[in-house]
Formats: sequence, C-alpha cells, structure tokens
Amino acid sequence: MAIVKADLELCQGYANCVVAADDVFDLDDDGVVVLLRAEVPESDVDRVTDAARSCPVSALLVETP
Amino acid sequence: MSPVTVVVGSSVGGVRTAQALRAAGYDGDVVLVGEETVAPYDKPPLSKGLLAGTSTTADITLLTEQAAREAGIELLLGRAASGLDVAGRRVELDDGERLAYDDVVLATGARARPSPWGALPGVHVLRSLADATALADDLRQGGPLVVIGAGFIGAEVAATARGMGVADVTLVDPAPVPLSRALDVEVAGILARLHAENGVHTRFGVGVEGIERVAGGLLVRLADETVLPAATVVVGIGAVPNDDWLRDSGLRLDDGVVCDAYSRAAEHVYAVGDVARLPHPRRGGLVRAEHWTNAVEQARTVARTIALPESPLAHVPVDYVWSDQYDRTIQLTGRTGGTLAHVLVPGPDPDRAFAALYADADGTFAGAVTVGWPRALVTCRKAAGQDTGTSLEEIRQALSAPRPGVRKEAAR
Repeated sequence: MAIVKADLELCQGYANCVVAADDVFDLDDDGVVVLLRAEVPESDVDRVTDAARSCPVSALLVETP
Repeated sequence: MSPVTVVVGSSVGGVRTAQALRAAGYDGDVVLVGEETVAPYDKPPLSKGLLAGTSTTADITLLTEQAAREAGIELLLGRAASGLDVAGRRVELDDGERLAYDDVVLATGARARPSPWGALPGVHVLRSLADATALADDLRQGGPLVVIGAGFIGAEVAATARGMGVADVTLVDPAPVPLSRALDVEVAGILARLHAENGVHTRFGVGVEGIERVAGGLLVRLADETVLPAATVVVGIGAVPNDDWLRDSGLRLDDGVVCDAYSRAAEHVYAVGDVARLPHPRRGGLVRAEHWTNAVEQARTVARTIALPESPLAHVPVDYVWSDQYDRTIQLTGRTGGTLAHVLVPGPDPDRAFAALYADADGTFAGAVTVGWPRALVTCRKAAGQDTGTSLEEIRQALSAPRPGVRKEAAR
C-alpha cells in the first residue's frame, strides 16, 4: 500500500490529477482537490504517482513505505 | 558500456524526461544539458507568483543538484547545444565538446518573440527567470506599464502588475479582444471586462506603431496616433521554437521539430515540449503544443519509449492550458473560439464562474473555456480527450445538473 497526500493550500484546481486518476482524485465545488482514497494498492502506485507528478504546483505526494 | 540518453534542454520537458527515464527503470546514463547556469526552474510562475514576489527562485526550482545526483542525472548547466550529428549520434556543444548518445531528446523549448519595435532599456519580454527578475525590478518602481499583446503572458503580466500595486497599466492588442487566437468575441469580451474591472486600461483593436525612448521614460505610439507614456513596456507577442541549432542536422524543421506520433524526429531522436511539432489525431495535421501539461505528458511517454523500445508509446498532444488572472483561474481544453458555435453555462456563483462550451456544426462538443470553475473543466477535458464524440448538449446538462459528487463539507 502507498499513502496519498494532498496540500489543500497549494492546490489551484488545475485538475491534471483528476484527469489522470479520477478514482483517487476529485475537485470540490471550490476547485480544491479531494482525495477519494488515502491509500492505493501496489498495483496502482505507478499510475497514481504519474497523476501526482502531473500537478503543476506539486501539491500531491504518493508515499511508498 | 551502458547506454546513454542525452536530454537537451533543462526546462520542464527536459527535466521531466530525465526523471521519467529513471521512473521507467532506465539503467543507462542520463545527461541533461541546459543553456542557463541557474538550476532548472518551472516557467508558469514567472508571470505570476515569481513576478509578484510571492514565490522565490527556490520555490520554482525543478531539479536541485542534490536531487539530480540522487536520481543519477548528470547535469551540464551553462552549456548550449550547437548542433546534432544524427548519423554519428553526437550532440555538439558550443564549447566544442561532443556528447555521444544512444538516444537523444530535443527539449530546447521556445523563446519569446523579440520586440519588433527595438530592444530599448525598459522594454521587456518574459520567458526566462532572468527576464522575470528584471521585469519585477522595474515594476517595483511603479508605472506606467504598457503591455503589448493580450495573450496569456500579456494578460497575466497586466493582472500581476495590478496585484503588485502598479497604478497605471494599459493592455494593448491589435485584435479587438484579448486571447483572440483562442476565444470568440463574446467570451473574450467577458475577459476584457475582467481587466477593466481590475483597473487595467484596455486598448484593443489598435496596433503599435513604435516605441521610443525620451527623457524620463518611454513612449508607445499606437496606430490611431495615441501616445502612451510608459516607464516599463512588456512585449508579449508569442514565442518561437528553439530549433535553429538543428539547422544542419537534416531533421525536418517546420516551426519546430517535426515528429511522428511517437515523438520521433529520426531513429533514436525524440523531441518533447514546445519545440516539438507532431500529428494531432483530433485536429488533423501537425501541431506544436506550447503548454506545460503537454510537455509533462510527452516527457513521460518519450521516456517510457526510450526505456522500453519494444513497446513505444504514442503521444496525443494535450489540449489543456490554464491562466491565472486576478482572482480567477481560466482553463481551456480542446478546440475553442474561431467559428465554432458556443453556449455559456453559468457556474455555481454566476457572477464569478462560467463555462463556454464550443461545438462543431453537427453539435459535437469540441472544447471549452471555464472561468473560476475547475470542476466544469474536468468534465469538459475528459470529453475533449475522447475519440468518440459527445454532444455539446450532453455536456451542458452535465454541468447544469445538481452535482451529486463531492461536497465542500466532505472535503475539508
């Protein structure tokens, strides 16, 4: 399992994460990221890490133990 | 001998390619060549936070020396590439050194189109960190500021300058509205009013005749014989790809490096980001996408292709760009503006947020611009990225429906 973290202050609603992995990321009505899951299984780590790296303001982190 | 990939260009496309090679398990040498001496940095903040002084050079650094070492990326900064020997697989640097490669990635980006009215002191373009620092120094002296060109860069500079307290800001463009290449007159008119509401004087539909230096400042002469006094002028009239150094390479150059769907300009030669021109399946023809998200996505696909050449990944140019102006985020996806039909959909707070949806003649959704409404952008961007057409009406209804999705309360 890997842990997904989001910095809600940094988030600008650019939405790259949601387009890349909408099973993990969403936006609320104010355009701030929402984590639909805080943990992702090993099989999803590469895909969710790519989604996190697509954030223009580096507001997302995927931590593998 | 382990293989070597040389990445030429140290902005986001180049840095992300180098990093993605490692993420994809590439075990060869990775050499990243950059013309500038400063650590690689991200460019979107140059017209926003970095210019305003709310973010620092450290904040926008893409790759520190330590991070490069840890990732096994050899950084060659302050070194400009001057040529490419495709047959001999060598990158030539302007100090005479030749770097052998097994694969090379061309990521030299684009530069600001220079001022056709001369490069007088006080006349700026904005593309590099040095440009932004010099402009910020001048803007802190106050105005008047004249911004020539109401594209993304010009509009953002005008907005940022107002936020910095520059009192007298004028935005000039020969087109009748801002962002005229991307938007229709009605939607662009709304954005023109956003500038006016924030205290920016707008002079749209009138060209610039010249800029001259006089005692005490600059004068910008417009085609209608208006003369605008300025302490500082910013010329934001687009960018040109940095492909001159490839002139003798034999690669096909046409306002950028022409590539196939796999971002390949030739065997073992790839191009990424603003310098690359490649086929766009939904637009037809070749497209040079000058957008951050496209560069990042293309860096990922090219790196995977180099690391796993038996299964190359095609890259579909990403039609997504954002712009931060005043307190609004403006987001564009797909095809917008021009002669496409459009409808306006009010957002949750109709005074501050809306979406303009564009459709082809048969009603198929083509693209959208959203203002202050990132959730709508997500819906539109997903639809714009699909190969099967969605109708504009379907998108309009999806945006207008009460959203059963995530509520604000649940998010905090």
